[in-house]
Amino acid sequence: MKERKGLIIGSVIMIAIFVLMFIKGEPSKSIMVWIAAILTLSIYSFLYKDNVFYKFAEHLFVGVSVGYSVSVVWQNAFIRRVFDPLFITRTYIVNDKFSLYLFLGIVIPTLLGLLMLSIFTKKQAWLIRIPIAFVVGSYAGMGIAPSFQANIFEQTRSTLYVTLSISASIMIVGVISTLVYFFFSKEHKGLLGKTANLGIWFIMIAFGASFGYTVMARISLLIGRMQFLLHDWLGVIK
Amino acid sequence: MSIWERLSKIDRRIIYLLLALVIIIPIVFRIPSTVAVSESAQMAYDVLDGLPAGTPVLFSTDFDPASMPELRPMMTAVLRHAFKKKLKVIMMGHWPTGIPLSTIILEEVAQEFDVEYGVDYINIGYRPGAGLVMIQMGREIRSVFDIDITGEPLDSFPMMKPIHNYSDIGLVACFEAGDMGEIWARYAWGRFGVRIIMGTTAVVTPDIYPYLGSRQIEGLIGGMAGAAAYEKLIEHPDKAMIRMSSQAWAHILIVLFIVIGNIGFFMMRRIERIKKKRTE
Repeated sequence: MKERKGLIIGSVIMIAIFVLMFIKGEPSKSIMVWIAAILTLSIYSFLYKDNVFYKFAEHLFVGVSVGYSVSVVWQNAFIRRVFDPLFITRTYIVNDKFSLYLFLGIVIPTLLGLLMLSIFTKKQAWLIRIPIAFVVGSYAGMGIAPSFQANIFEQTRSTLYVTLSISASIMIVGVISTLVYFFFSKEHKGLLGKTANLGIWFIMIAFGASFGYTVMARISLLIGRMQFLLHDWLGVIK
Repeated sequence: MSIWERLSKIDRRIIYLLLALVIIIPIVFRIPSTVAVSESAQMAYDVLDGLPAGTPVLFSTDFDPASMPELRPMMTAVLRHAFKKKLKVIMMGHWPTGIPLSTIILEEVAQEFDVEYGVDYINIGYRPGAGLVMIQMGREIRSVFDIDITGEPLDSFPMMKPIHNYSDIGLVACFEAGDMGEIWARYAWGRFGVRIIMGTTAVVTPDIYPYLGSRQIEGLIGGMAGAAAYEKLIEHPDKAMIRMSSQAWAHILIVLFIVIGNIGFFMMRRIERIKKKRTE
């Protein structure tokens, strides 16, 4: 009960602060800023508890994001890469001669893409396996070598060829002990167990650092919104 | 309810309320804070600063509105640095929602300098495909970006005439809210040896550090702190430096709550142990 009272008092203080800022400041005359501000406050109302304003803003955001992304991809992928080359610019006609190679270069990927839509049918849904196989195969072929180079070979090289310093020594110990922790072919006992335990410490420190960065990111987003409300909307700060 | 129990079970809404106050007060009253320049941000600055005037720099904007508070200030700062150094800016993106935002940032910063569209900077927009786009660009940029964002052919712009692939570009500056930075390192650096600096959201930063350690990228601007550091380096304090005060106070509050919560938790555990011993 006491907490509830505290929350009500706190919320009243916050509303009072915003009202005061509204009176003292120079609120925006832009309807777009007002819509953005109201939607921001609707989203933040979830911090108190789930409500209809939050739900409305959330659904609107999802709808607008999907609609926008679909229109951008439609324009930049389908229109630019399929419709225009086939019907407007006719890139498959070179020096007044029809090039089957260039024509198929447009038509085959388009047909593969259209097969993706077969998932919406019951009988022909299996056809989606063809474009999926193509995508998986090509991406695997394209990605395996660069992934090995960027994520394994280069990382190993930079771990091996380090200067003699305290940080480099910590890094080497960290890499070895963490790798030992993920070595499950032998029971973690004796020296192996102690090294694996050290690996856990390094993993935990990495998680902690990652969590710290996540906190910083989330706080940054909140600060950004607050600055929008105080500067762009209410005009309290310059 | 004992005081320790209360400490370990503080209502989340009270924490939110205090957090909001701790963030609003420094912004309103402009409470100053010191900004330390990290080594990784300094490296990014040095790389860009070392490029000769006229060198094309490719800006890849791979983020959405949710990442704007972090990436907008850092992108603004890097763009200011690029225009100040008279570098040629080519803007592109791998996220459909990123291009309208980066277009706003680019046009805002361009107005501060004596630069002309198509001569000093260009916006070539978005194409789907990510890794494939990067590989194609290594051969010929026009094979994926044949027109700019306004629909004009790339060759109609003077600055784009001599630029065909990565060998004509001095540096790639990526602004990342997801895993696109790793894809840049994998394909553009891995296959073509492109020089890369990155600006990332704080969530993404720990994933990118290994690439900096192995020198696959040459500089890293991490989160709001990185953006503030870059603003300090270019001697143009802006949004990130203002926000860092709130950031610092919010961090202090969170650390305080973590400590309080842990004290409450350990004291509760101790009390329970004592109670258990007594009953035995």
